[in-house]
Amino acid sequence: MKQISSKQQMVEKGMYAFFLFCGILTIGFVLCISVYLIIAGIPAIQKIGLFDFLFGTEWSSTATTTDPKFGILPFILTSIYGTAGAIVIGVPVGLMTALFLAKIAPPKIAHVVRAAVQLLAGIPSVVYGLVGMIVLVPWIQDFFNLSSGATLLAAIVVLSIMVLPEIINVADTSLCAVPKEYEEASIALGATKIETYFRVSLLAAKSGIAAAIVLGVGRAIGEAMAIIMVSGNVANMPGLLDSVRFMTTAIVSEMSYAAVGSLQRDALFSIGLVLFLFIMMINILFDRLIAGRKS
Amino acid sequence: MAEMMTSSVSTPDDSGFAFRRKVKNHVMKAVLYGSATVTVSLLLFLIGYLTYKGSQYITIELLTSQTSYIKGTIGILPNLVNTLYLIFITMVLALPISIGAAVYLTEYATNRKLVKLVEFAAGTLVGIPSIVFGLVGMLLFTQLMGLQQGLLAGGLTLVIMIMPTIMRTTQESLKSVPNAYREGALALGAGKWRTIRTVVLPNAVNGIVTGSILAVGRIVSESAALLFTAGFGLVLHGFIQSLEASSATLTVALYVYASERGETGVAFAIALILMIVTFILNIAATYGASKLKK
Repeated sequence: MKQISSKQQMVEKGMYAFFLFCGILTIGFVLCISVYLIIAGIPAIQKIGLFDFLFGTEWSSTATTTDPKFGILPFILTSIYGTAGAIVIGVPVGLMTALFLAKIAPPKIAHVVRAAVQLLAGIPSVVYGLVGMIVLVPWIQDFFNLSSGATLLAAIVVLSIMVLPEIINVADTSLCAVPKEYEEASIALGATKIETYFRVSLLAAKSGIAAAIVLGVGRAIGEAMAIIMVSGNVANMPGLLDSVRFMTTAIVSEMSYAAVGSLQRDALFSIGLVLFLFIMMINILFDRLIAGRKS
Repeated sequence: MAEMMTSSVSTPDDSGFAFRRKVKNHVMKAVLYGSATVTVSLLLFLIGYLTYKGSQYITIELLTSQTSYIKGTIGILPNLVNTLYLIFITMVLALPISIGAAVYLTEYATNRKLVKLVEFAAGTLVGIPSIVFGLVGMLLFTQLMGLQQGLLAGGLTLVIMIMPTIMRTTQESLKSVPNAYREGALALGAGKWRTIRTVVLPNAVNGIVTGSILAVGRIVSESAALLFTAGFGLVLHGFIQSLEASSATLTVALYVYASERGETGVAFAIALILMIVTFILNIAATYGASKLKK
């Protein structure tokens, strides 16, 4: 009897150790990613100089006749403009769709629209990139009479479509959670239903809506493959109708040929570190908003 | 909005205000319907366009051969196979640790702070862009561990990416297993592990399956994290060989064909396949999730 129980105890302890290991694995992964990005990203920044790296306006990593330049301001600004553009287009459409779903859609139609939103969310980013490249880019080229339609504008349109599903999902959930009493009170005071939804429900769900926007920002700033196919990929300072390069697409486009140990390759890791810092700030903000909503 | 504020103070006999208020109501309603229409038409356009373009190029030959300059053939068989291999590798590695993590959090953990920290870490992992996973995966697995670019390095990178997905849905369904089940098993003399193995986990299968479907969807549609870990290779390999040989999945192949080789026809064929596969996975996951809620 005692032998069995001691063997059983061993198993119990072993399994406990395994589960504990799995449990803290996510923390380990996050630490690992942070530490490796810092280790890989710092050397190039030290060599180039933090100010020159972040605020340098010229990136010519493979220049041979002159000294190569490693200023990533064009990438940072492009990422910020691109994200802002995607939010400006995506949030109103997403929010109005969410309001439609949560408040006025008949159940059957809401079901269909929600399914459509899920499907949009599942489509791989390269597919968005391909359609953007074949449909949107030539269209922008003709419309604005440009030599190439692969521009920041094309990237913004693609990004705003890609952030749509997530904004709709989160906003829809928080709008559905608005207490019925708030809306009933407003209607009892003489407001119409539509007025109530816009002035009471939207306000009551504001932290959830803020979370939805932050989530959209995170998605847009981290997207790489869809926009590399439509943005022309030239390291210009951003302009709506110029070919541009984002932080993410700078990494994608040069990593495959940058020589191991070269300053160029190290600088790409530094871009990764800057991108990571942006994302961490966004994540913490998102976490705060969600925590605020729960309490 | 500001104008609507003023309209609400209108008195019943003020017909001008009432009329404007009515018009605004209709306009706002139209905006809501319009936005939903835009969202749905985007999807319908994508479905229609990809079906039209893709179906022109999908042939048996494309699906069953590989690209070769010597023979002058173009085929995506290697990429189909690589995608399946990658799903297999990633899921085999990710399932045990993700379920383990969920079990720890719901069944063992007593320290609330630790649970919060783990959940925060999982949330952080979900928010990290895939290109960053690609960078770290390249550093960790090909540079530090010395693996060759291939499906093993790619799979290991994706394990980190999808672990939170499976962990969360499993956690959901573990929470829904009634405590009476656990108490019953414990009262009958089963140890904690035996209780988990025979009573708790079998009742949480729904969440595990749903999480797995979502995870497979992410693996199929992932591209940025695989570029520098699994590679661009378009040659057909056996399973063991492909672990350490540059192997492009369908998504990476789409990118290569569309932007580097100018073969948009092949790219559209792949896009159609990807769309169909992700739709099926999505519908399956939604079905699973609805069962989970019950």
